[in-house]
Amino acid sequence: MEALWLSFRLAGCVAAILLVIGTPVAYWLAYSRWRGKFLLESVVALPLVLPPTVLGFYALVAMGPRGPLGKLWFALFGHGLAFTFGGLIIASVLYSFPFAVQPLVSSFEAVDRKLLDASAVLGAGGLRTFWRVILPLSLPGVVTAVVLTFAHTIGEFGVVLMVGGNLAGVTRTVSIDIYDHVQSLEYADANRMAVVLLAISFGVLSVVYAVNRRVWTPWAAK
Amino acid sequence: MGGEVKTSMLAAQIRVARRNPQASSFLLDVSIEVPAGITILFGPSGAGKSTLLDCVAGLVRPDAGRIVAGDDVLFDSPNGINVPAQKRRTAYVFQTLALFPHLSVEENVAYGLSGLHEEERQRRVGDILAAFRVEKLRWEKPGAISGGERQRAALARSLVTEPRLLLLDEPLTGLDAELKAAIVDDLRAWNAANRIPILYVTHSREEVDALGERVIALENGRVVSRGAPMDVLDAPRRKRLAQAAGFENLLRGTVRDLREADGVMRVRLGESECEIEVPLGYAAAGDRVQVAIRAGYILLATERPRGLSARNVIAGRIVSLEQRGTLVTARVDCGVTFVVHVTPGAARTLELTTGKEVWLVLKTHSCHLVE
Repeated sequence: MEALWLSFRLAGCVAAILLVIGTPVAYWLAYSRWRGKFLLESVVALPLVLPPTVLGFYALVAMGPRGPLGKLWFALFGHGLAFTFGGLIIASVLYSFPFAVQPLVSSFEAVDRKLLDASAVLGAGGLRTFWRVILPLSLPGVVTAVVLTFAHTIGEFGVVLMVGGNLAGVTRTVSIDIYDHVQSLEYADANRMAVVLLAISFGVLSVVYAVNRRVWTPWAAK
Repeated sequence: MGGEVKTSMLAAQIRVARRNPQASSFLLDVSIEVPAGITILFGPSGAGKSTLLDCVAGLVRPDAGRIVAGDDVLFDSPNGINVPAQKRRTAYVFQTLALFPHLSVEENVAYGLSGLHEEERQRRVGDILAAFRVEKLRWEKPGAISGGERQRAALARSLVTEPRLLLLDEPLTGLDAELKAAIVDDLRAWNAANRIPILYVTHSREEVDALGERVIALENGRVVSRGAPMDVLDAPRRKRLAQAAGFENLLRGTVRDLREADGVMRVRLGESECEIEVPLGYAAAGDRVQVAIRAGYILLATERPRGLSARNVIAGRIVSLEQRGTLVTARVDCGVTFVVHVTPGAARTLELTTGKEVWLVLKTHSCHLVE
């Protein structure tokens, strides 16, 4: 159960961080008219196609004692970053980035541009328009982004193994725990955890699809 | 921006090239002056009417030009001035209305008043909701109210900000005549109380007649005509404008002769024997011209009329009759085909049927030469 709790803490942190970082990135991707925008779009989508081990490998190198991130972290906090919970968060944020940004971008893009024009003409600046118009109308996208990053982080394996290793209570997440049990032929234990993970994943995806089908629409459709 | 109320004039010189590939060479190139009161922007779709409003509102940046409202320069390309849309104090009612679907009518209307004290905001919102008769709907979301109510809410939302310019892009399309008339009355009352320049885009001849003090006619991004509604729309010199203004008869012809002393000339229509007298225009005998005639301005008789001042009496035969609502459209073959509007009562009394022989009567000054 310690592993499950660790996974939840990790997923919660990652979802919160990605909401904060992903929102401005998604806003820029949705509304920028810069022609080189596709470059950033590609970078954001990279974790979707890279094997987790590749991403984890680069994250590990960067976080290692000689890596730039590792050096910076050591200078700031006096200890290394690899094989710690903090390192795990950073790697997971990178890995789940597209799962946060892409739903946000598509829901921002779906907001009728005329509403943004109307807001501007009524005297609202970009920030006010974002809070009062874009964000409320993008709520399904926000919910999707949070839920997907949460679920994706809970289910990740390769990146955690590369960056975090397998330290009980620090980096041993539920997926690693299951792998451990299977390696030790403890199938009953592995099954218990696997069922929990399966149930959580199913519940989470149901929420995402329900929100996007507007089962509970907070306002009447147009 | 002095405290005193003064009538401000909008003056705009705008050049803008369309960047979208579908209309590659499109260029809006206009110079307009809009005094306080309602000025109608009229013209076929694609003429650049909405682009012009977008430029004035600050939503589209012109390539070059200057836009001045009263004493304030909103845009001036040589000096690099471009006041952002949110600082222009312009009200804009979009064709789609663009009410915020997640906010109630009251929240929509209060949206533009964020800088005010709560009390003042409440008062202004209450007043405008009453003026546009949507008080009872203040808690409703736009999705839950009717089209006419949405239109009133959108007008209220724009006008509550006490703008110095009002831009209306076909705000009354899709409403039935009665509802339209009621909203037009409210808008006229508001206009009488708040004299600011109002640019009103419409395709509807009725709205022009009901609201317009002045008309600016646009075509292909240029101003082709301006003046009082009667002068611009009843004497169109341009073919597309004539179509847009509802001239059902656009007939090609050849000038036969000019009678300058009488101020008229005779035009032979098409390849037919049919000749009509029209007001003298810039044309010489033998020139090809087009004549625009409103279907409702043609009289129809079942016997050859005598003793009329009208100079054009043409014999013909009805080829089709079609009733739509309270309007009967007759097509009459006189060598060329005329479209004539009559009332159902007239059609009954005259026992109009397909194939019946009739005479058309056209006043000389109901016939307009089109460039």
